[in-house]
Amino acid sequence: MNILVCISKTPDTTAKIAFTEGNTKFDENGVQWIINPYDEWYSLVRAIEIKEKDPTTNIHLITVGGPEAEPIIRKALALGGDEAIRVNSNSNDSYVIAQQIAAIAKQGAYDLIMTGKETIDYNSACIGSMLSAILDLPYVSLANHLEVNGNTATIQREIEGGEETNEVILPMIISCQKGMAEQRIPNMRGIMAARTKPLKVVDPVATNAHTSIKEFSLPPAKTGVKLIAPDQMEELVKLLKEEAKVI
Amino acid sequence: MVLIYIDHSEKEIKKSSHEAISYGAAIAKQLGCSAEALLLGTVNDDLTTLGKLGASKVHQLNNESLNNFDAKVHASLIATTASNLNAEVIVFAHNINGKAIAPSVAVKLDAGIVTGACSLPSLQNGFEVTKTVFSGKAFASIKIETPKKVIAINQNSFGIQNYDSSATIEEMNLPIPTASVKVTNVNKIIGEIPLTEANLVVSGGRGLKGPENWGILLDLAKALGAATACSRPVSDSDWRPHHEHVGQTGIQIAPNLYIAIGISGAIQHLAGVNRSKTIVVINKDPEAPFFKAADYGVVGDAFEVVPAFTAAILKMKHNE
Ligand SMILES: Cc1cc2nc3c(=O)[nH]c(=O)nc-3n(C[C@H](O)[C@H](O)[C@H](O)COP(=O)(O)OP(=O)(O)OC[C@H]3O[C@@H](n4cnc5c(N)ncnc54)[C@H](O)[C@@H]3O)c2cc1C
Repeated sequence: MNILVCISKTPDTTAKIAFTEGNTKFDENGVQWIINPYDEWYSLVRAIEIKEKDPTTNIHLITVGGPEAEPIIRKALALGGDEAIRVNSNSNDSYVIAQQIAAIAKQGAYDLIMTGKETIDYNSACIGSMLSAILDLPYVSLANHLEVNGNTATIQREIEGGEETNEVILPMIISCQKGMAEQRIPNMRGIMAARTKPLKVVDPVATNAHTSIKEFSLPPAKTGVKLIAPDQMEELVKLLKEEAKVI
Repeated sequence: MVLIYIDHSEKEIKKSSHEAISYGAAIAKQLGCSAEALLLGTVNDDLTTLGKLGASKVHQLNNESLNNFDAKVHASLIATTASNLNAEVIVFAHNINGKAIAPSVAVKLDAGIVTGACSLPSLQNGFEVTKTVFSGKAFASIKIETPKKVIAINQNSFGIQNYDSSATIEEMNLPIPTASVKVTNVNKIIGEIPLTEANLVVSGGRGLKGPENWGILLDLAKALGAATACSRPVSDSDWRPHHEHVGQTGIQIAPNLYIAIGISGAIQHLAGVNRSKTIVVINKDPEAPFFKAADYGVVGDAFEVVPAFTAAILKMKHNE
């Protein structure tokens, strides 16, 4: 089985969120970069688990990004990918990114294309669904469980207030979230092996962006907490009812 | 024309789609065109009442098989309908199913898309929509450069408008593509309010010490009619189910009221709840970072404060 795992580079979850160039660019000063947690913990690790059960599985990683994305993709290789492709584009338009991944996907006979449920920077949750339209493949999103049996995938996905089980004939696209797998730490052997695993750099295919970011802004700071003494709970209820008007 | 996709489950239109209709109707007003809704499948709701939310017409593909959600099939039918009706803007709720199909529809229509939108478009310099980014820690204004536009609106960020009118229903006839997903089982947690749809949420952290102490939190949630949530270590330790985990790596929610009990307020936790309208924090440590993000705070022991809070709510409800 051939799996393509989409890997995105995102700021660390504790990174300071600030902007430069007249609030048009994310301020990368001092930012630590990580693999987008949904891509790493859930999608990639589940792919690795599938390979552990069936060693004939190939795991290819793809990232769309500049050379600065390489430490991230090496880390993903250290966790367990077999080889990686970096499409050399710094676009942040989901459509352009999806077209790059689709171009690569068309070249390899992938049974499964896996993404995280969204990235923690732009939170767009677009890539999987866009790939489904471009490649004309079935798509199941927000999956928290995946088993593959022959050419059939059995998936649990989140629905409002519960879960649903889906059966899909491969090939397909799936977006992963919590429950799918447990976070792993790369070991020394994996890190050493990753150094020599193939990492191919390819040029992007020409695509026009559909959107552009005009300006970032920060939410207004909270005006300050109103403290209520522990023995004044009726007062708190009154405030929630009459001042905040939420109950 | 603005076309709004209506999401439903168990024959009921989702609350997030009610909001999407009002949002789409407001865009239609900006553009000077009509707001029409699209329903795939069958529901028990009286569709003419969608006029009250701002839809002048409801296009329905009345076919039971579409009650099973299949992203590929649904996206294809929505895109075809949007083309046939020549819709300029297609609106979705940025909910579970909306996330699965809105980007597909955008690709099929060659439309730019903004997901997680939190305001009406600004038409001053083209068509710009503000969305939340960095897990609610910031906003970005995105310009859509294409003639057709797809917008998925964040839940609980626009609200519901009231119009004094009723919608007409127009049945459609379209060939239905072969299903690509077989739904073999649906497991709904009966009687529980889905977190993402809840107005009120009561959430517990490691400060509650263990699953055996959740009773006081559940009593409070019951008194309020609130959904329940928890911090990541709580679900990681299996004190509470995974689907209650909120935060950067769990679910992001934006209820009217979020009550955090024994949660320190780590940045990753805040990322999932900072869009809540009002935040109440109950923590015994006055230095807990959560107080900085709170509107109301109680410094005290949860085991004393929470039962007293519940009693005060029940008293208020009793007097109403
Ligand atoms: C990459 C990454 C992603 C993460 N994603 C998430 C996420 O999505 N969601 C999430 O929640 N966390 C997430 N975390 C973890 C996060 O950093 C915190 O560790 C976690 O939120 C802490 O949970 P907590 O507040 O329940 O526990 P603690 O930090 O242990 O806080 C317990 C609090 O309870 C208070 N307390 C103790 N006893 C009482 C009492 N009797 N009465 C009242 N208060 C009491 C304490 O003062 C303390 O403030 C993530 C971490 C990383 C590194």
